Amino acid sequence: MTASPWAGKAGALRPGTAAAATAGVTPFAVGLLLAAALQYAVGPAVGPFFSDLLIKIGINVILAVSLNVVNGYTGQFSIGHAGFMAVGGYAAGALTYYTSMLAWGGPQVQGGVFGVGSALFVGACLVGGLVAAAAGWAVGLPSLRLRGDYLAIVTLGFGEIVRVLLQQTQDVPFTADEARALSPVEMATHLGGSLGFSGIPFYTNLFWVWCFVTLTLLVAYRLKESTFGRAFLSIRENEIAAEAMGVDTTRYKVRAFVIAAFFAGVAGALFAHKIGTTLNPRELGFMKSFDIVIMVVLGGMGSISGATIAAVLLTVLPEALRGAADYRMIVYALMLVLVMIVRPQGLFGIREIWELPPFARRRGR
Amino acid sequence: MATRVATSATRRVFVQWGAAALVGLLGCGGGGTGGGEAGGGGAEAGGAATGPILVGEFGSMTGSEATFGQSTHNGIMLAVEEVNAAGGIGGRMVEVKSYDDQGKTEEAGTAVTRLITQDKVVAILGEVASSLSIAGGRVAQQYGVPMVSPSSTNPQVTQIGDKVFRVCFIDPYQGYVMAKFSRENLKYDTVAVLYDQGQAYSKGLKDDFIKSYTAMGGKIASEQAYTGGDQDFSAQLTNIRAARPQAVFVPGYYTDVGNIALQARKLGLEVPLLGGDGWDSSKLTEIGGQAIEGSYYSNHYSHEEERAEVKEFVAKYQAKHGQVPDGLAALGYDAGRLLFDAMKRAPSLSGEDLAKALSGTRDFPGVTGTISIDADRNARKPAVILEVKGGKPTYVATIQPT
Repeated sequence: MTASPWAGKAGALRPGTAAAATAGVTPFAVGLLLAAALQYAVGPAVGPFFSDLLIKIGINVILAVSLNVVNGYTGQFSIGHAGFMAVGGYAAGALTYYTSMLAWGGPQVQGGVFGVGSALFVGACLVGGLVAAAAGWAVGLPSLRLRGDYLAIVTLGFGEIVRVLLQQTQDVPFTADEARALSPVEMATHLGGSLGFSGIPFYTNLFWVWCFVTLTLLVAYRLKESTFGRAFLSIRENEIAAEAMGVDTTRYKVRAFVIAAFFAGVAGALFAHKIGTTLNPRELGFMKSFDIVIMVVLGGMGSISGATIAAVLLTVLPEALRGAADYRMIVYALMLVLVMIVRPQGLFGIREIWELPPFARRRGR
Repeated sequence: MATRVATSATRRVFVQWGAAALVGLLGCGGGGTGGGEAGGGGAEAGGAATGPILVGEFGSMTGSEATFGQSTHNGIMLAVEEVNAAGGIGGRMVEVKSYDDQGKTEEAGTAVTRLITQDKVVAILGEVASSLSIAGGRVAQQYGVPMVSPSSTNPQVTQIGDKVFRVCFIDPYQGYVMAKFSRENLKYDTVAVLYDQGQAYSKGLKDDFIKSYTAMGGKIASEQAYTGGDQDFSAQLTNIRAARPQAVFVPGYYTDVGNIALQARKLGLEVPLLGGDGWDSSKLTEIGGQAIEGSYYSNHYSHEEERAEVKEFVAKYQAKHGQVPDGLAALGYDAGRLLFDAMKRAPSLSGEDLAKALSGTRDFPGVTGTISIDADRNARKPAVILEVKGGKPTYVATIQPT
């Protein structure tokens, strides 16, 4: 009791519930304000193209930071993240598309940023996340009992199964009458096949994307600092030692995996409703998974700020190099190779940006 | 000082990029001052009414269908040179801004967004692959900018909305043409099918072919699928060989078709292959070599046709690029010319007026046949059948729309 840091403060052992609530809510409030600022101030000022880029950045940040929970914290190697993204994206896209068809007779956007359509969209994002999480649980439970490279193989297989299954689906109905003629089961099999799922209303905007980015970052950060996160880290450092200390490694690995899958599903849902997207199974295959793995590796396995910054860089870079036409992929790849030679542990290693100089000195380290 | 003036445009681009990157970084770092500065880098660039007319193009300049994008681009540029040499449109020159989409829908959507919102183009030309045209077409429709696809044959492309057009025939017609040709001209009774299940184009064309072919009394001996980019087709080809068809319909893209032909011959499957316009590339015979000899495919035009438009186009193209133009180059050329023709007729270059002028196109004398745009914004026109002979596609027949 005497060693408690709060012992001197009016005898309280813990901060009051009000203070705790404030500390809990403040980051969310800041995130919401930022998202609103992006939507209403930055977006109109920079124009549709840069807004689109900021949306893409947000989606990639969610993907990289969530994959980091598995690949970074827990030290497992998943290469099926795009598979979960596809599951979430198709689930959410089908939900909004068919609901719009049945309720409003067409896939047009209903209402503004807080309109009825957006409520459906946000609900669909959460549903997409939950469906992806369920898929993550189903995939993770058998494969995470094992140690080593099995997870990589299973997740790779999972991603390919999702891709091939989606390619077998039928064409999406174009009119409300065609949609009404389908039963819910048939709707699940009419997802556009290899031509891609087009026609999903464009609900994704800066506000909602960056709300979900805030949520992802906060969950990732709090997770890392919690007992859960410590268990994840212990598994990464030494699985046998963690087990000896009483950590149920399989359970924790599955938890990490399900959390990551949830956010991948949300990112997929945001992606599905973005202007300029046609959900296409071919492009949500393992190449996309590797793009996300590259972000995590480049940023540093286990570093949230690293994954975030890498996601931003790797989204902006190819677009900035678009003018270089044929050479841009060469330049892009060269930059990656260079970073890996100079900093093999990634930009930040396992640390966060504020734990590194020059930021660390300010905190007296 | 002079150099400073010269680089101001470059610098503005950097400022824009910097602002966007800054906002991104601040946003995730949790900093509180994201808004103010970024506004300064906003996109204000726009074409004045007297400057050149800017037209956007998106295509696969890299990736496995790269010759499609390059051929189309060459065709479009030829049309642009011609219209500019003839004094432009209403005295204004035409300029084309092209972006590579790497054959990915996500990139296609971004490229079109960038063309419309950053470069402020008045119209879009592209794409070859249907899935990419759909991705780009939805963006064009959203912003109300007309888009003309030179060679996307899937029916869904123009169903996007009233701003999306095409200058080629559609897959149901192409499937019908090949079915008719193999049934009536070649007198085949049983044909096997090998299609790319990952490509909407291939799947759609396969369905249309089977429908027409069975309706004409033909029999499908075997139906096999592969996935684009596969290297080993021996399992499917062995099954097909066992079914003893008189020909194999392979509605894929040229890279896969070349490999399939090679492996089929190696397995002792000697029957001719049949295909669609996805075969149309000089790479087909480069990859397939002797194995692809004697195979037939439907296409948009043949450079051996005797029409004046064809002869003139082939001569011009050969003088410039030193090679015979393929169908995609011809379609790119036609798409460009048809768009410029509509621009000349339109009262203004607004999306509405231009779309109206485009849909009013009747009996336009194109290299790939006489083009009329129908109510569904598709082109009604004939198809030609080519045979690979001596390492070259050779004109066999023209099949008119019924």
